[in-house]
Amino acid sequence: MADQQTVASVTRSEQRGGNPWQRFLAATELDVRLIGMIGALLIIWVGFHILSSPTYSLSTGLFMTPRNLWNLSVQTSEVAVMATGMVLIIVTRNIDLSVGSIVGFVGMVMGVLQAEILPDYLGFSHPAIWIIALLAGIALGALIGGLQGAIIAFLEVPAFIVTLGGYLVWRGAAWWVASGRTIAPMDQTFQLMGGGALGSIGALWSWVLCAVICVGIALVVLSGRRQRRRFNFPLRPVWAEALLTAIGCAIAIGAVWVANSYPWPKGVAQAWAKAHNVTIPPEGLFISTGVAIPVLIALGAGVVVTFMANRMRFGRYVYAIGGNPEAAELAGIRTKWVLVRVFMLMGALAGLSAAIGIARLNASTNGLGIQQELYVIAAAVIGGTSFAGGIGTIVGAMIGAVVMQSLQSGMVLIGIESPMQSIVVGTVLVFAVWLDSIYRRRAK
Amino acid sequence: MLDKRTPLVEMDDISLSFGGLHAVENAHIELYPGEVVGLVGHNGAGKSCFMKILSGAYKRDAGRILIDGQEAAINNPRDAKQYGIETIYQTLALADNVDAAANLFLGRELVTPIRTLDELAMEAEARKVMGRLNPNFRRYKEPVKALSGGQRQSVAIARAILFNARILIMDEPTAALGPQETAQVGELIKQLKADGIGIFLISHDLHDVFDLSDRIVVMKNAQVVGSVNTSDVTKDEVLGMIILGKLPPGATPGPGAAKD
Repeated sequence: MADQQTVASVTRSEQRGGNPWQRFLAATELDVRLIGMIGALLIIWVGFHILSSPTYSLSTGLFMTPRNLWNLSVQTSEVAVMATGMVLIIVTRNIDLSVGSIVGFVGMVMGVLQAEILPDYLGFSHPAIWIIALLAGIALGALIGGLQGAIIAFLEVPAFIVTLGGYLVWRGAAWWVASGRTIAPMDQTFQLMGGGALGSIGALWSWVLCAVICVGIALVVLSGRRQRRRFNFPLRPVWAEALLTAIGCAIAIGAVWVANSYPWPKGVAQAWAKAHNVTIPPEGLFISTGVAIPVLIALGAGVVVTFMANRMRFGRYVYAIGGNPEAAELAGIRTKWVLVRVFMLMGALAGLSAAIGIARLNASTNGLGIQQELYVIAAAVIGGTSFAGGIGTIVGAMIGAVVMQSLQSGMVLIGIESPMQSIVVGTVLVFAVWLDSIYRRRAK
Repeated sequence: MLDKRTPLVEMDDISLSFGGLHAVENAHIELYPGEVVGLVGHNGAGKSCFMKILSGAYKRDAGRILIDGQEAAINNPRDAKQYGIETIYQTLALADNVDAAANLFLGRELVTPIRTLDELAMEAEARKVMGRLNPNFRRYKEPVKALSGGQRQSVAIARAILFNARILIMDEPTAALGPQETAQVGELIKQLKADGIGIFLISHDLHDVFDLSDRIVVMKNAQVVGSVNTSDVTKDEVLGMIILGKLPPGATPGPGAAKD
């Protein structure tokens, strides 16, 4: 009983004592790792902003401009979609090296389907083409993932080997789909999933989205408070709750404001004005791009997978298997089926990511997704997912994806050559995991 | 020994080997409702393996398991739980990275009508059962990893009694507990016994076994040496069975008894 008293007093001293920073953390219950990651992201952004400026000042930088940040958001979405699934794979102590090749293969199949097969039956630009192609791609991805998962779970071949095999098999299969041809163009509606001026939701809907996110954050905070009260847990101070809500809303408002500050390119705006009989004012036509559809898809994937991970049995089993596979089995969980489903989810997300990829390029090439598995794994790991299993968050992995992409496009912006880019990204990956391991050891 | 009731559990002629190594050989054991059977023996005598066959963790090579006199098909932990068999493993078998309530309901989560986890209901149940075992326990929101050895053991015990078990297997249930918590577990065992639950108690601590069990079954080198009524024997006689396989008068011999 003595140890429980100590524990109680420790919690109390955590809440009352310590320096202001510790008290702030205790009150808001914010994850230090998450704060660290966002801090690192800000440093990267400001750093590149200054370095990309000809006069090395904040006012003339090129990185934190609406145009660059909007592009960054679109470029991140493909990796971010897959990183959500990779977290669950790594949490179960597995790995999936095949996702980049699955993207290539599924992308080719979706391309051929919408450009060469479906138009023969439905006619060119039929409104159902995009959805058939998308669903077929997601289903094919899930099927491939399920097959690999079944080999891993039931035939007990290590995931590293199975997906290394898949890495080669699906890359080869991508070539065979169309003998290496590039398939273009994609269906008109399908293209919207890739972003661009038309593949974005515009100013009004972006603000609507922002309002929905703010209300959602407030609701989550309120319902959390209600539940804690019902079970007599210590409540967070009201100022902390208000601060968290305000920060969440501020980020959403800021992001939407940036996206809305990015205008349509001149040519697109002129063509639109002509088609809609709008006279172009002398100072030029400013049409807000707003949040891009691929970004919406990535956010949606993040929300859905987070929900599965935190609110459903499936997620509970995934984390339990990662924490102690033997205990999960002894508790009566069908661990093998859970593994198959995790790999199926990963495959489906790779299919979704492939759809964004070919829509963005407006073409299917058999080189799509090359090396992407490494960026996806790196994003999950930078986001705090542990290879020891059982630990990792989806939101962390998505921020990890933004960090990776920020590094990449920042280095392009300041003209670092591609070999050096690889060296930097690789070094940062190892450094980030080292920092994380130090933090974990101290947290113990 | 002259009990005419149907045993709650009867494991008959059970064998299990790993490769060429016999872990359990032609072992027989029975358990009546409301009875505590202490299973003792050296490290590696096969006690845990024998019981893991009943809990579904290991699949037996030969022999049959009868529950209420009916042959039972137990091939995995899920089957065993269907028969009301709950186990407290020596390793505790907890998922360290999730909290106490999640561990208590692992594999049997309560869900809301829309199939999401009903965390509130699970936590409320967890508080009830943990309150019975360890009234000072407060750390419901922390991963089990952060708990002390005794608290972790309480979680493992709570999990076993949460689902109205009929048969309880306790493998060293008090190994990590202090004297006060050990006494609490003793009380719990008496309480469960009074409810008509049958308990297999594996323990190194002969003192505990003598305190709590009605009957003692001794294993040595994968075989059952014999079974004695606790009230008929002394600790020295049981030690003789464990070390030498020597049966005291009145014992029911098993295949592992020393032949003189």
